[in-house]
Amino acid sequence: MGGARRIVGRAFFYLLVAAIVVYTVFPFYWAIVSSLKEGSALYRVEALPPDPAWGNYAAIFAQQNFGRNILNSVIVAASVVAISLFLSVTAAYALGRIEFRGRKLMLLTILSVSMFPQVAVLSGMFELVSWLGLYDTLGSLVLSYLILTLPFTTWVLTTFVRELPKELEEAALVDGAKPFTIIRKVFLPIMWPALATTGLLAFITAWNEFMFAITFTLSNAKRTVPVAIALISGASRFELPWGRVMAASVIVTVPLVVLVLIFQRRIVSGLTAGAVKG
Amino acid sequence: MEAVRDRSELLGAAAAAEASQLTRQRRRWAWIFVLPMLAVLAAVAGWPLVRTIYFAFTDAHLADMQDWAVVGLENFRLLAADADWWTSVLNTVRFTVLSVAIETVLGTIIALTLNAHLPGRGLLRAAVLIPWAIPTVVSAQMWNWMYNDLYGVLNHVFLALGLVEGPLAWTANPDLALTAVVLVDVWKTTPFMTLLILAALQMVPAEIYEAAKVDGVHPLKVFWRITLPLIRPGLMVAIIFRTLDALRIFDLPFILTGNSRATSTMAIYARQQLVEFQDVGYGSAASTFLFVIIGIFTIAYITLGRVRLGAGEA
Repeated sequence: MGGARRIVGRAFFYLLVAAIVVYTVFPFYWAIVSSLKEGSALYRVEALPPDPAWGNYAAIFAQQNFGRNILNSVIVAASVVAISLFLSVTAAYALGRIEFRGRKLMLLTILSVSMFPQVAVLSGMFELVSWLGLYDTLGSLVLSYLILTLPFTTWVLTTFVRELPKELEEAALVDGAKPFTIIRKVFLPIMWPALATTGLLAFITAWNEFMFAITFTLSNAKRTVPVAIALISGASRFELPWGRVMAASVIVTVPLVVLVLIFQRRIVSGLTAGAVKG
Repeated sequence: MEAVRDRSELLGAAAAAEASQLTRQRRRWAWIFVLPMLAVLAAVAGWPLVRTIYFAFTDAHLADMQDWAVVGLENFRLLAADADWWTSVLNTVRFTVLSVAIETVLGTIIALTLNAHLPGRGLLRAAVLIPWAIPTVVSAQMWNWMYNDLYGVLNHVFLALGLVEGPLAWTANPDLALTAVVLVDVWKTTPFMTLLILAALQMVPAEIYEAAKVDGVHPLKVFWRITLPLIRPGLMVAIIFRTLDALRIFDLPFILTGNSRATSTMAIYARQQLVEFQDVGYGSAASTFLFVIIGIFTIAYITLGRVRLGAGEA
């Protein structure tokens, strides 16, 4: 009796696991399959493309200048990550290690800014961007994405720095080391894993952003990947460009999936530090 | 004796003076370290926010942002009288309640599964992270293709299983469009919810489960009576966090259904007024309204979440 019930329970359990995996992975699988179909094959529902074709992949690079879009996204995301990490390392040390007046208020402000709806700063940011002459340049995106990444990197790195043992800097303090030396010699060497995780999450945020990108850029030469994918059009009004849309989606997703698989443990701890542990 | 005590007191005072000087020095450095970050944050977040709120009280136009007049509460009055705006508010609320509720239930189930010891847990965790890592635009387009009324795989499967009589226009049918958006959001964001709940679950000591097992308590009862109360604080924080995210949703409905009134959210409405109709004043009023709502939830998050701000305490 008990044995049979346990077997049924187990079977139900694994069925649930299987359902979860299918639900999460199927759309991605379907995107890959569709990206390899051309012409009328795209409109037939088949589990595997009968004769895989790479035409969609060639077309987005030849006709949509997708390479340029990828380059734009890489430039923007890398600059945003570099600036955010640079500014937040010293700030995180101060916020996590030194008791000073206004520190709590500062942390609350940083947390609140990370909750801002993007649209709440849209008109002010538009004015700032045009005033700086950055409209329709990648600079407008680097500038505006700092709202999304800077509070996050500062917050997560502060959490990380705070968790480190007190003894770490005591010896250096006794030796009369200057705070800047302490950061460089004591903290930076052990912060690399945290910097890598935080940087990766900030990179993904910048890489995926859409609202600022579609508002502050106009020409295809300045578009980032998400905007390009949202605006891919067919050769004619009657041809559905889904094959190409799927090809572009697969191209930008594969590197992200590889990064996720490599860093999954770190991503999990970084994400939860940013949200719950605080 | 006197002299000795005096001396040690003197030494102590000197050390204290030195220590407080060091503390003061460190505080000065703290400001120097924080200042660049604060300056950038003020420039990219504080200033644009102040300007947006200010624009909400003007008749500014996108074509010429130098020339405007203060019109007081006129924009807010118009906003309150606009049926389309209230449709967007209602859509946002319905979307938020539906998606966050489904994500919480589903996230809890998946987190409990992941928390159980089973082979291939790492693989499952990776599978769960994939939808999270994909750009929203990409997931929206992937689903858009699956939703396609003529060639979409969903209609094909549903027809083959006999669940529907004819193909459904998932994104074009006003009655279905919001559900379609919710389905994609659930697919995309449940992983995040799962991770937060999993983090809470892993803090529940294993001995509690063992004791319940020894006493022969039914697993469902264990969940309701033991697990749920213990993970409630973490769960609440996760729910508020997701609610904040859902309230400002923009890209998912924008890609799936464009500016369609059936799925227009507060953020979509505000941006449409601002960018497409070039009415900066009116759009800013809508943005400010959304900002205030999010502000209320943020305060709830910070107070309920008992966010730790102390430097020293563990």
